[in-house]
Amino acid sequence: MRNPLSQKIIDIQPSGIRKFFDIVNEMDDAISLGVGEPDFDTPWRIREEGIFSLERGRTYYTSNAGLQELRNEICKYLERTIHVTYNPKTETLVTVGGSEAIDIGLRCMLDPGDEVLIPQPSYVSYLPCTVMADGVPVVVPLQDRNEFKLTVEDLEKYTTPKTKVLIMPFPNNPTGAIMTKEDLEPVAEFVKEHDLYVISDEIYSELSYKGKHVSIASLPGMRERTIVINGFSKGFAMTGWRLGYCCGPHCIIEQMTKLHQFAIMCAPTNSQYAAVEGLRNCEDEVEKMRKAYDQRRRFLMHEFKKIGLECFEPFGAFYVFPSIKEFGMTSEEFATKLLEEEKVAVVPGTAFGDCGEGFIRISYAYSLEDLKEAFGRVERFIQRLREEKNGGADATDGGESHA
Amino acid sequence: MNEKKEALRIEILKYIEKHSRVALDELAVLLGVEETDVANEMAEMEKEKIICGYHTLIDWDRAGVEMVTALIEVRVTPQRDQGFDRIAERIYNYPEVYSVYLISGSYDLLVTIEGKTLKEVSRFVSEKLSPIDEVLSTATHFILKKYKDHGTIMVPKKGLERMLVTP
Repeated sequence: MRNPLSQKIIDIQPSGIRKFFDIVNEMDDAISLGVGEPDFDTPWRIREEGIFSLERGRTYYTSNAGLQELRNEICKYLERTIHVTYNPKTETLVTVGGSEAIDIGLRCMLDPGDEVLIPQPSYVSYLPCTVMADGVPVVVPLQDRNEFKLTVEDLEKYTTPKTKVLIMPFPNNPTGAIMTKEDLEPVAEFVKEHDLYVISDEIYSELSYKGKHVSIASLPGMRERTIVINGFSKGFAMTGWRLGYCCGPHCIIEQMTKLHQFAIMCAPTNSQYAAVEGLRNCEDEVEKMRKAYDQRRRFLMHEFKKIGLECFEPFGAFYVFPSIKEFGMTSEEFATKLLEEEKVAVVPGTAFGDCGEGFIRISYAYSLEDLKEAFGRVERFIQRLREEKNGGADATDGGESHA
Repeated sequence: MNEKKEALRIEILKYIEKHSRVALDELAVLLGVEETDVANEMAEMEKEKIICGYHTLIDWDRAGVEMVTALIEVRVTPQRDQGFDRIAERIYNYPEVYSVYLISGSYDLLVTIEGKTLKEVSRFVSEKLSPIDEVLSTATHFILKKYKDHGTIMVPKKGLERMLVTP
């Protein structure tokens, strides 16, 4: 019998997070700091609208590109938040999560051999999606010393005549890094100079803690070179509704809509109706959640400082990305040991690219109470590691006896 | 008052409205300010009666303590010069009275009363509240179940069903 599988698909590595997820799942009393989705329920107004749409019998397909009403609201939202104007009829596509937009965006823009610059550490799907689109992923390692921002210096090293697309994953999962307007400007110049296109994944845009999020599409000359991807999962706490969208130049969105039509038909109808309510009436709720995340972020940074764990201060998403290099083990060893000894799950930085080595991702999409409990354990673990590393030199004054 | 001070005050109030037991140093960390600033503002706001007290929301039902709460609509005749204030005062001074609100609409005062038994509450209404000269009529509604109180949902919520690790 012939092998039923495509070699291209076999060659794609499974996500590092999956491996870790399997281990965690076997422990029943582990507490987790490993989640990449909000701990808040979707605001009730939105849920209620979803229920209402089902009651009204809105159970049919919508147009391929999405409900016109929703696309109108999306464009108004982008106009007031990132100050970029899109045509809701021809430049907007509603997708199944931001993830689908990443996938079909790359498929629409790449010819075999085209190179895609993927800054890492970053979300796990850019690389496999590039491969599936027959593109060549080129990893751009971000530097801890730059607070994991993307610089022109990084880009220069990896750009070739074959480079076509740059992924901009900010605010960043897993590092929490953001790009300010000042950070974006030289990148935008570089992009124009080298005639590149940008896929800007702004799914965490609502979760910025140092001024408002700035989109690279809002910089001069960038709108026509950028697909902005966003969605409802993070800011509106709607992960399970699977609803995202993308906006960009008509010629790209048109082709993406074609792919979307063949592969998906349309995004879930009741999610779309619910999201209209979200964009119209939930600004306060979103802001309330953002404030809660910000408080937890400050709490964690304070705890890190207290125990001397090295971490730059991130201003986006809901992750912190501390360095664990002082302990002389790999991220995966650290995460596994932490899980075994203190039953706390964090995600090894390497799940987001090789350059995540030496770091762990801690999510603060947890209540403050949960964070305190979990971090108490992390602290105990770290102290023990430091004592062990000092060769038991101060074991006598530790006061702990192991009878 | 300068804008920054006012913003800090509002941040403090919003937080302690739900978490009145938070330690000052922790609150300072959460809001990203100095502990002394938080302490000063809170002391000032206590003095200014912006912060009127620190109370605990208790589910007496769950604690196994018999407790009856009634909402009483009261129609009254307002008095010359003093409007509703004096009548309200005559009512709110009773320790059994939990809250008194002046209300727009078809009646004037909404009075909440807590007592041990239905009888005790009924007696209070008939013996104390109704006989007040200015009180024209009352309508008593007993609370059968508290679903949500002070912005807090009282029915227990089941745990999160999120997966433990996701990208």
